[in-house]
Amino acid sequence: MTDQAEIILQAEDIRKTFGSIEVLKGISLAARNHDVISILGASGSGKSTFLRCLNFLETPSSGTVAVHGEEIRVLNGRPQNPRQIEQVRQRLGMVFQQFNLWSHRTVLENVMEGPVQVKKLPRAEARDKAEALLARVGLAERMQMYPSQLSGGQQQRVAIARALAMEPDAILFDEPTSALDPELVGEVLKVMQSLAEEGRTMIVVTHEMSFARDVSTEVVFLHEGRIAEQGPPEEMFTNPQSDAFRRFIAKIR
Amino acid sequence: MNPFEIFAEYWPRLLDGTLMTIKLTGLGALIAALVSPWLALWRVHGSTLSQLPLRLYISFIRGTPILAQLFLVFYGSGQFRPLLTEWGLWNFFRDPFNCALLVFAVNSTAYQTEILRGGIQGVASGEIEAAKAVGMGRLLTLRRVVFPHAYRIAWPAIGNEVILLMKASALASVVTVFDLMGRTRQIFSRTFDFSVYLWAAVIYLCITAAFVLLWRLAERRLSRHVPIHTTGAKP
Repeated sequence: MTDQAEIILQAEDIRKTFGSIEVLKGISLAARNHDVISILGASGSGKSTFLRCLNFLETPSSGTVAVHGEEIRVLNGRPQNPRQIEQVRQRLGMVFQQFNLWSHRTVLENVMEGPVQVKKLPRAEARDKAEALLARVGLAERMQMYPSQLSGGQQQRVAIARALAMEPDAILFDEPTSALDPELVGEVLKVMQSLAEEGRTMIVVTHEMSFARDVSTEVVFLHEGRIAEQGPPEEMFTNPQSDAFRRFIAKIR
Repeated sequence: MNPFEIFAEYWPRLLDGTLMTIKLTGLGALIAALVSPWLALWRVHGSTLSQLPLRLYISFIRGTPILAQLFLVFYGSGQFRPLLTEWGLWNFFRDPFNCALLVFAVNSTAYQTEILRGGIQGVASGEIEAAKAVGMGRLLTLRRVVFPHAYRIAWPAIGNEVILLMKASALASVVTVFDLMGRTRQIFSRTFDFSVYLWAAVIYLCITAAFVLLWRLAERRLSRHVPIHTTGAKP
C-alpha cells in the first residue's frame, strides 16, 4: 500500500476500568484522513466510553492515543500535561448526545466562543466564519437566539457548527441523534452526510444503521468491551462474521 | 416636637448615618464577593482534608451570633494590644469602623462561599465538558462557563445575604460606629422622641427596596437566556 492516507488518530489497546468493572478490554483503532468510522454496539458495550477516551474526557486506564503521531502521555491515571490535552482537543471536535450548547450564550456566540477564546481569533473574523457555518447548517435565521429557543435538531446542528468552527482534523460524534425526536433525526444526519461527502474525518458512535451502512467507510462493532467485528459496511451488513453482530443487526431490523 | 420637626432638624445626621451604613455594608459585601469565589472553588474541588479549616471557619461563623463575633474582635483586640502594636496592627483595630468592617466581611464571606458553592455545583456538567472539548483550560472554563452560570443560580440568595448583612450592620452602633442606628440612638438620647426610630426604620426600608430593585434588574440581565415558562393561562 503506497497511497495510504495519513493516520490522524491512532488508539492502541485502550482499556478502561471503573472500579472493578472493565468496560474497555483493549481496543485499537486508526482513523486516516477522510475516514468515516461508525462505532456500533449495544448499550453498555463501551462505545461511548471509548470515544470519550479519544479526547480524554475519560482517561484510559491503559493504552495510548496518538494524534498525528503525537502520543498523549498519561501518568498515574491522568494526562501528564494538561496543555497537551488542550492542544489535542482543539484538533478533535466533539458533538455530544445532549448537544451541550452553552445555554447562556446565543447561537452565534456558541460558535464563536472556541475560535475567539481558545484560538484567539479576532472577533470580526470569528464572526464571519461562524455566520458562514451557521448558514451552512441551515440556521442563518437563528443566530441571535438562545439554545433553549431551538428544537433539538437545531441545537445539534449548532453543536456541529461549533465543532467545525475550530477547524478540527477529525470530529467525534457521541450518539448525535439519540436524544432527538424521530422527525428531527433526518436534518442532523443530512448535515453529517454532507460533512462526510466533503471528506471530513469522522468517528461516529451511533444507532443509525442507515448512516453506518450508507455513509461510513468503516464499521466497528463493539461487544462487551472488545471489537467483535470490523470492516467495510457493505461486507459487514451483507455477510456478518461474528454471532454478536449477527444478533445485533437482527434485533435492529 | 412632631415627627416631621424631628426629621427637619436632624436629617443631616440621619443622612450621615445612612451613608455610613451603606459604606459599611457595601464594603463588607464587596470584600466578601472578592474572596468567596475562591473559597467556593476550594469547597467544591478541594480534598476533604484540605477543606477542614474552611469548614470549621464556616461553621463557626454560621453558628455564632454576629454580635458575639463583633465583641470578640472589638474587645478581644484590646486584650492583645501590646502584641498588635508590635505587629503594627493596633492602628487598624483601635478604630471601631475597621473592627466592624472586618467582622462583616469575614461573616459575609462565609455565607457567600456556601451560596456560591451551591451555584457552582448546579452548573450543567455537559456544558463544562463542551468547554473542555473545544480545548479550554481550567481557568477559561471557569471564567466563560462555570461562573456565569453559578452566579445566575446563586444571585437571588446572594441578594438576600446582602440585605441580611445590611440589617445586621446596625449592630456596629453597639461598638460606637455612627451608622444609621448609631446616629438614631444619638438623636434619641437628646430628644427622647421615639419617632426618630420610625424614621430610621423608613430609611432602612428604603435602602432595602432600592437594593432589591437594582438586584432584580441585574438578575433579569443574568437570566435573559432562560426561557420564560408561562404558567399557562387557562380559558
